[in-house]
Amino acid sequence: MDSFLFQAFIYLLAAVVSVPLAKRLGLGSVLGYLFAGIIIGPFVFNFVGMGSEDVLHFAEFGVVMMLFLIGLELRPELLWRLRGPILGLGGLQVGVTTLVIFLIGYLFGFTWKISLAIGLILALSSTAIVLQTLNEKGLMKTEAGQSSFSVLLFQDMAVIPILALLPLLAAPLLGFTQHSTEEVHPAGFTIEALPGWQEAIIVALVITAIIIIGRFLVRYVFRFIAETRLREVFTAFALFLVIGIALAMQIIGLSAALGTFLAGVVLADSEYRHELETDIEPFKGLLLGLFFISVGASIDFNLLRQEPYLILGLVTVLIVIKLVILFILGFVFKMRRSQNYLFAFSLAQGGEFAFVLFSFATQNSVIPIPMADTLILVVALSMGLTPMLMILNEKLLQPRFSTLDQRPESDSIDEKNPVIIAGFGRFGQIVGRLLHANSIGTTVLDSKPSQIEMVRRFGYKVFYGDASRLDLLHSAGADEAKLFVLAVDDKDKALEIAETVKKHFPNLEIVARSFDRRHTHELMNLGVKVIHRETFNSALELGASALKLLGFRSYQAHRAALTFKHHDEKSLVDLHEHWGDEEAFLIQTRLKNQDLLELLSSDEEDKEENMDHSWERPGT
Amino acid sequence: MPANYKNKILVIFAHPALQKSRINIELSQAIKDIDGVTFRDLYEIYPDFLIDVIEEQRLLLEHDIVVLQHPFYWYSCPAILKEWIDLVLEYGFAYGHEGIALKGKSLMTAITAGGSEDSYKEDGVHHYHVRDFLRTFERTAALCGMNYLPPFVVHHTSELMSSEDIAIYSDLYKKVIISLMDLKDIDINTMNKFDYMNDYILDQFESWSA
Repeated sequence: MDSFLFQAFIYLLAAVVSVPLAKRLGLGSVLGYLFAGIIIGPFVFNFVGMGSEDVLHFAEFGVVMMLFLIGLELRPELLWRLRGPILGLGGLQVGVTTLVIFLIGYLFGFTWKISLAIGLILALSSTAIVLQTLNEKGLMKTEAGQSSFSVLLFQDMAVIPILALLPLLAAPLLGFTQHSTEEVHPAGFTIEALPGWQEAIIVALVITAIIIIGRFLVRYVFRFIAETRLREVFTAFALFLVIGIALAMQIIGLSAALGTFLAGVVLADSEYRHELETDIEPFKGLLLGLFFISVGASIDFNLLRQEPYLILGLVTVLIVIKLVILFILGFVFKMRRSQNYLFAFSLAQGGEFAFVLFSFATQNSVIPIPMADTLILVVALSMGLTPMLMILNEKLLQPRFSTLDQRPESDSIDEKNPVIIAGFGRFGQIVGRLLHANSIGTTVLDSKPSQIEMVRRFGYKVFYGDASRLDLLHSAGADEAKLFVLAVDDKDKALEIAETVKKHFPNLEIVARSFDRRHTHELMNLGVKVIHRETFNSALELGASALKLLGFRSYQAHRAALTFKHHDEKSLVDLHEHWGDEEAFLIQTRLKNQDLLELLSSDEEDKEENMDHSWERPGT
Repeated sequence: MPANYKNKILVIFAHPALQKSRINIELSQAIKDIDGVTFRDLYEIYPDFLIDVIEEQRLLLEHDIVVLQHPFYWYSCPAILKEWIDLVLEYGFAYGHEGIALKGKSLMTAITAGGSEDSYKEDGVHHYHVRDFLRTFERTAALCGMNYLPPFVVHHTSELMSSEDIAIYSDLYKKVIISLMDLKDIDINTMNKFDYMNDYILDQFESWSA
């Protein structure tokens, strides 16, 4: 029962069964994972035993990865634009919630130290649950989504001073069990021994290093690795990067989530962004799922059975207090009503940081152990209730607002472009430049690192990646794009990409570069409507120039080339109906060639008759 | 500056199939290399119809007299010349409150028409006089504040013209252009006594030789 494989089997089975079910029922994946956790947890089937706490710590890394991915989506200037909400809204939320819970605790006769510690810990919300749920519902880019994100980001930063503050609130006289701090501190304050100013310098240095390395150095490593064309090495490096930053953050005593978020923001401008996203995403998804399962499994139903009224009462009080404060803040910050409800309902729970902080607080003798256990249960329950509260909001409250009010903010963070260009070599660049010159936003994908670097020097946003991969297309915004320019220089790859796009994004229109007539037919078979042979038009233009140099009037040459072009393109379309029937196709091809030959090889007089009936009667 | 005073002439030429029109080839040859004449073959310069408006306007500003030379297609001009007029004679440049760039300059049409002069009469096939059909150009000039000169017209080009006939017309066309260059003040009233510029010039030469 304890073998690693068996454990993994149980976790995965629970996830595979309950998540699709929950999604089918419209409850969202988070709730599915939580239920899965409860079912395999010690109080239902007891498959995973009490060891789920360790799994929980491990799985928290999913949160770290999630923040890295969120950082990748958020360019520095967008983050800077959010500074108001982060400091204002986030600061007030943490401050006011702490104060209110502190006062309640104090009024109920707890010491001010205990009350303050509880207030600080319960003020935090669950980054994992909120962001995952908002993402899944596609609400991240709404006003409420952005505000929730800002508050969560502030809370992440607030964890650090809270960790520093808790030991000061210790009440040794009460005689709780004492442990040494180092042993249990999640981040292991290895530089804590240093004086404060040295610590500050080291922190500043590490952050600067992340920014400099992320901005200037990582690109070369990525390129070096990308050129090996071994995908798994790229994935390994992506993981290495995230884990390395998390580790560095732990050493200097900052939140790993915050550190990787910062790294994400730094890399948001990088050409390897989409590839990074694609590589980290599955790990994040699985770990986050694991995290939710362990939260579910850690809910102590024995405790709940012993004191149901106290605990359910506390859960209700916690949710109501947070809800009311969030709602008032939303009102003060002039959020629209519908957005304000979403914002308040999203963040009205305790967070995963509470698990860590409560155990930290008991180790430091700030809070007695039984009380901490009760509160951990309260927090876990409030987290479990969040997806349901959000469904409640969605189903009962939101329908009351007019659609006008629900329309997403126009100024939302959204950099999805209407056009995706796959392949940015000699061909794609011309297309890209034309669109760019006409102020049309393009997301460009290319799989040659050297190419990307060269083009980026000219200020284009090009991302590294293989455009035939569905996940990469997703992260490049294929769901929302209007047009897909297929300009890769590999025949088979082009067909593969066209097939993937057609299958998964049937509404995304494709314009394709083809190699020759054969390739054109193959693309037509896949349902691509607009296809241009890569050499056809330039060869025609060269032909027109030749005619000009041979004495044709330039307008005459121009029309001759156009006539040829239209005839050729029409015959290509006409012939397509016989494509696949080898014999008929050959016969038809021969006939068409004859047409063209007649058109072109008749004597001078006839040729004029055929190609240029126009304008003058003969002999004038 | 009487003696060496010269009007600069801009000839805007449009023929989509010049290779088929001997008369237009000869007319163009006769005037295009004259010092002070700028000859613009629109179909040659803009085979794709993408007219460089700024360049065309710059040229207009540099010249005193504009000649629109073209075959008389369907009582009007070939497509590219219409495109040129539509694009180059912009609001704010050629007309409108501040559109005074062409004010005081002169405009002449030089056309080759298939029908005889007689066919352009009330009882002829075309029912109206050539100048009636050219009202569009006359009003275009007026709206731009330009003097509208009588048109230079070559008739009957649908009949096979002899080389001699063609030579006569191209000579005359050359005389027209050179005379216009030398005119210090353009006496519109005297000119407009004549239907065609052809007749005005012939009259001038007769009076000189008399």
